[in-house]
Amino acid sequence: MNEANDLAGGVVAGEPGDGPGDRAGSGAAPGRAPEAAPPGTRPGAGRRRAAKGREGPEPPLRHRIITASLLTVAALYFLTPVYWLVVSSTKSSSDLFGTFGFWFHDPHPLDYLHRVLTYDDGIYARWFANSLMYAGVGALAATLLSAAAGYALAKYRFPGREGIFNVILAGVLIPGTALALPLYLLFSEIGLANTYWAVLIPSVVSPFGVYLCRIYAAAAVPDSLLEAARIDGAGEARIFSTLGLRLMTPALVTVFLFQFVHIWNNFFLPLVMLSDSDLYPIQLGLTSWQGYADRQPELYQYTVGGAFLSVLPLMVLMGVLQRYWRTGLTEGSVKA
Amino acid sequence: MRGAPRRLTRTEARSARAASGFLLPFLALFLLCFVAPIGYALYESLLKVERTGPLGLGGETRQVWAGLSNYAHALEDDRFTAGFGRVLLFGAVQIPVMIAFATGLALLLDAASARWVGFFRTAFFLPYGVPGVIASILWGFLYVPGISPLVEMAGSVGWDVDFLGRGAVLWSIANIVTWQFTGYNMLVLIAQLKAVPGELYEAARIDGASAWQVARHIKLPLIRPALVLTTVFSLIGTLQLFAEPKVLKPLSNSIDSGYTPNLAAYNEAFTSNNQHIAAAEAVLLAVVACVLSFGFLRLVGQRGKDGESG
Repeated sequence: MNEANDLAGGVVAGEPGDGPGDRAGSGAAPGRAPEAAPPGTRPGAGRRRAAKGREGPEPPLRHRIITASLLTVAALYFLTPVYWLVVSSTKSSSDLFGTFGFWFHDPHPLDYLHRVLTYDDGIYARWFANSLMYAGVGALAATLLSAAAGYALAKYRFPGREGIFNVILAGVLIPGTALALPLYLLFSEIGLANTYWAVLIPSVVSPFGVYLCRIYAAAAVPDSLLEAARIDGAGEARIFSTLGLRLMTPALVTVFLFQFVHIWNNFFLPLVMLSDSDLYPIQLGLTSWQGYADRQPELYQYTVGGAFLSVLPLMVLMGVLQRYWRTGLTEGSVKA
Repeated sequence: MRGAPRRLTRTEARSARAASGFLLPFLALFLLCFVAPIGYALYESLLKVERTGPLGLGGETRQVWAGLSNYAHALEDDRFTAGFGRVLLFGAVQIPVMIAFATGLALLLDAASARWVGFFRTAFFLPYGVPGVIASILWGFLYVPGISPLVEMAGSVGWDVDFLGRGAVLWSIANIVTWQFTGYNMLVLIAQLKAVPGELYEAARIDGASAWQVARHIKLPLIRPALVLTTVFSLIGTLQLFAEPKVLKPLSNSIDSGYTPNLAAYNEAFTSNNQHIAAAEAVLLAVVACVLSFGFLRLVGQRGKDGESG
């Protein structure tokens, strides 16, 4: 378990390494400068201005042109497939094959998207709802479980604490797909395979979430406050639900968002667990359409349109997420 | 249990009671979803199915002890080992390229003037919101001749590309993974760059360091922990490679059922109905993942320590 300790101590803990780790990390260390942002937009902007000021005088024009063109080329690379998806979602199957992919041809966006949504008795809407349910419920439960476990590991002393934490940390390094297959065999034995539970139960376990919550709780929940509440006669459960959860909120939002994305993107687990297409999340549904498209060409168009629709909510979430990471950093540093 | 067992004080006992209440729900599910499958996979991998009917056909089947024969079978299976070799090659090329790309973008954004930074950062991060399957479907369309405008454009200038051919398809998959995760890694690196105290740059600039020198000698060493972290996560992700080859398989003859270790284990379990060999393959995958990621952490950990002492 030494290595797991190394991971905790050397790589992740306190180092603003990974995004969420960074959130927790800056909660622990008030000295860290938050990301530059337009000055004056928030309280605490003074620190931002200081961070911005470190770039000093404008770099020479030549540098700025080179930088801007490199960034533009990269943006083209990242956005072109998305652009293709937008254009293609307005095309019929035959136009998908017959016309130039990077330009519109006889666009009927609403008509085609309507067909995606109504095909096969509206199975797509059902998949969408399933995905939302798996990701929403799963992430919420995962957040609460991680919060309780991380809080316990941070705020109580008991025998075996470090041992338990190390085992949980090791769980971070185990490939999820290596677990999914034996989990399926196990779940079939106990009759859980091919049910909603088969996807939900594994989704609520997030070792990484526990790790984050422990780090964050250790820094953001002062022992003196807990002691005071105890002296006032509050029970441990009440202290956790009123004080602990509130103080840990920034970490909890991070855990929720990450777990949501993780569950939403997970393909292997539902693929292994589910055979009933009524239980499918979107990803699985779309691959099944894609698989039939050879025989039923209109499914090409439905696959593209369905992919377009499925990408929208997460794109919005990505915008929120990367914005949240920045503002969240500031809040964390003010709090600690 | 010899030696005087230390008695818990009353506060410790109270504390342990409360802590177990908070920990147990998670631990129970952790046992079910992490520990039990590993144990079950180990157990299953040591068994095999024996048929009792004449000539081993039909009749009753029963599970018998197999020792390590499933492991031997997996390791002797050329397709499985080739799949392992393939993801290792993939990782050796794709991870450094992606991390370098992400580092370059992070440094550029960090040095760029502020106006367009927000737009670029969002644009680079956007693909992270596209699930692997959707990204593969999307790029699949961009690879397939007939639909792909890229192939069409290349063809119109006389360049005959085949993204899905034997030699190319692995790198076409690498491109999908790079497209998806570069922005995420970039954001992690930016977060660490922003944690560097501004005075450090100030001091370097006063000493006359160029932007390039600042990036090379101050920023890069300071984001080392984030680089290590993103590399380890990429390594684990690479070994699990599954969705991309699974989605591209119908489009390319060059992807066989054992193209990656995960695909091999999946097909072993669901196509060949041989869950014991699949279990052995899953165990091998987990072992290799742990050995590689721990090994990498140890390697960079030691180098870090040497650096400090030197």
